[in-house]
Amino acid sequence: MNPGSDLAALATRLRGDVVKMSHRSHVSHLASALSCVDIVVAAYWGVLDVTAENVGSRTRDRFVLSKGHAAPILYAALARLGIIAEETLTTIGQEGSPLAEQPAPYCVPGVEWATGSLGHGLGVTIGILLAARLQKNPVKAVVLLSDGECNEGSVWEAAMFAPSRGLDNLVVVIDFNKWQATGRSREIMALDPLAAKWAAFGWHSEEVDGHDIQALQSAMRAAFARCDGRPSAIIAHTIKGKGVSFMEDDNNWHYLTPNDEQLARALEELGLA
Amino acid sequence: MRNAFAQEIFDLAASDERVVLLMGDIGNRLFDKYRAQFPDRFFNCGVAEANMVSVAAGLASEGMRPVCYTITPFLTYRSLEQIRVDVCYHQVPVILVGTGSGLSYASLGATHHSCEDIGMLRLLPGMTVLCPADALETKSCLAAALGHPGPVYIRIGKKGEPAIHSERPLVQIGHAFPLRSGEKICLLGTGVMTHVALAAADLVSVREGFSPSVVSFHTVKPLDEDFLAQTFATFDLVVTIEEHSILGGLGGSVAEWAARQQGLRARLMALGTADEFLHETSTLKSARRHFGLTPERIADRIDDSFH
Repeated sequence: MNPGSDLAALATRLRGDVVKMSHRSHVSHLASALSCVDIVVAAYWGVLDVTAENVGSRTRDRFVLSKGHAAPILYAALARLGIIAEETLTTIGQEGSPLAEQPAPYCVPGVEWATGSLGHGLGVTIGILLAARLQKNPVKAVVLLSDGECNEGSVWEAAMFAPSRGLDNLVVVIDFNKWQATGRSREIMALDPLAAKWAAFGWHSEEVDGHDIQALQSAMRAAFARCDGRPSAIIAHTIKGKGVSFMEDDNNWHYLTPNDEQLARALEELGLA
Repeated sequence: MRNAFAQEIFDLAASDERVVLLMGDIGNRLFDKYRAQFPDRFFNCGVAEANMVSVAAGLASEGMRPVCYTITPFLTYRSLEQIRVDVCYHQVPVILVGTGSGLSYASLGATHHSCEDIGMLRLLPGMTVLCPADALETKSCLAAALGHPGPVYIRIGKKGEPAIHSERPLVQIGHAFPLRSGEKICLLGTGVMTHVALAAADLVSVREGFSPSVVSFHTVKPLDEDFLAQTFATFDLVVTIEEHSILGGLGGSVAEWAARQQGLRARLMALGTADEFLHETSTLKSARRHFGLTPERIADRIDDSFH
């Protein structure tokens, strides 16, 4: 089996994890999590150096899930990496669980920041990378934003700041699933042309298929290899709810959680039944 | 006060490699010496205060000691959610220094006034709020903040504030600093109003024939409750004086504390700005007069209340 199909199989298992978490604990934003599964897999499995061994060390690379409402996919990835126990996933959102529906500070290793409020992750990551530079700590970071999150002015403050500091060890991936909470993201705010916006702010900018793990990894690797003083933005074209046919591109699944029958159908479609 | 801040941040950066200065594109030439000496630890973050605070939180989370400096309303009101989430929720030791606080920029209009910042920031869990009285207290507060493991907000004036201390005072966070010992009336000044409190006390002395106590109450949060308990048991009248709204600042804090006590001897008089924007073009002097924050008006109100 080639590495690509291994990662695709892993992504499918992670989709199953988040569907089950949403079903069991009635955690919403399921479609938002499903849309970025392949981005999370691409970053953690083959680009960033984050392991159970180094997760407690400042030398770990940083994956910052700035769209904190997709937390279940972050938790599921951390479990598959062996950083948190798989059983912990079943407790999400329940009283006393370390896993809130949106991440709390320092809740479990590997959760870099509490990002339930949108528009914080990029600025904080810039601070982390500036500290790392002063400390001669050669880390790199991937920050995952949602398209709706790009409504926030603080995103663009940070976007203007990072190139001025020459942070070429920074990659932003935008999960461009074309939806935000209550409507089409390009109708609610004039997002387009999104790639050109980032380019205009001084970033390398490119558009990729956000469900093509190898394409995502190529783009991230190329971004980190450039070392030319400019950060990179990857506009990942995705489908909200990707992987479960009746959730795909149906924005009701921003809030809905699956019932028993929908869970069974979803797992069957994913080949995990 | 801002020159004292610039000197002290230079000294602290020289002795502590973790110190990083972030500023919001203000203070023309103020930091020239710092920039020349520590170019790697100086970040002009532009007119983007919210991002400055998030960046500072990220720096602090990696063991650096960032100090953010810009004009108070933009540092605090504009960035409040970043301060709340990135700094306080994550308990990272970011020091926020707001300059030109209160009515310092009176003539620039109410966009530049900050009479609600103490109230807003002291509501945030884990935040310490310091209001130094003069240049030397500013230096001491900054050094004390650097020794504190959590977030600190330091509210300073602009320049040319009268000196209160002849030598650098020992500032301990959470401990009021008595300036003048007297009887019957105790004036608790905070920030630049501490000097006005001293002048008001002089007037009261002449009129009443006894001298009130005067305290630099530089720490609004955490409140020095032991000191308050002793003060309210000893004096007849306790007066808080601040260049801040009577809602939510030092007076509000003391009133909240007093409401939880029983059998207090002293009455509380809380003096500050009214719950309004100042719409008239004003100088610092006329703005203070408008809000009754001159030594004469304060002495008048104390006289009225005391008799």
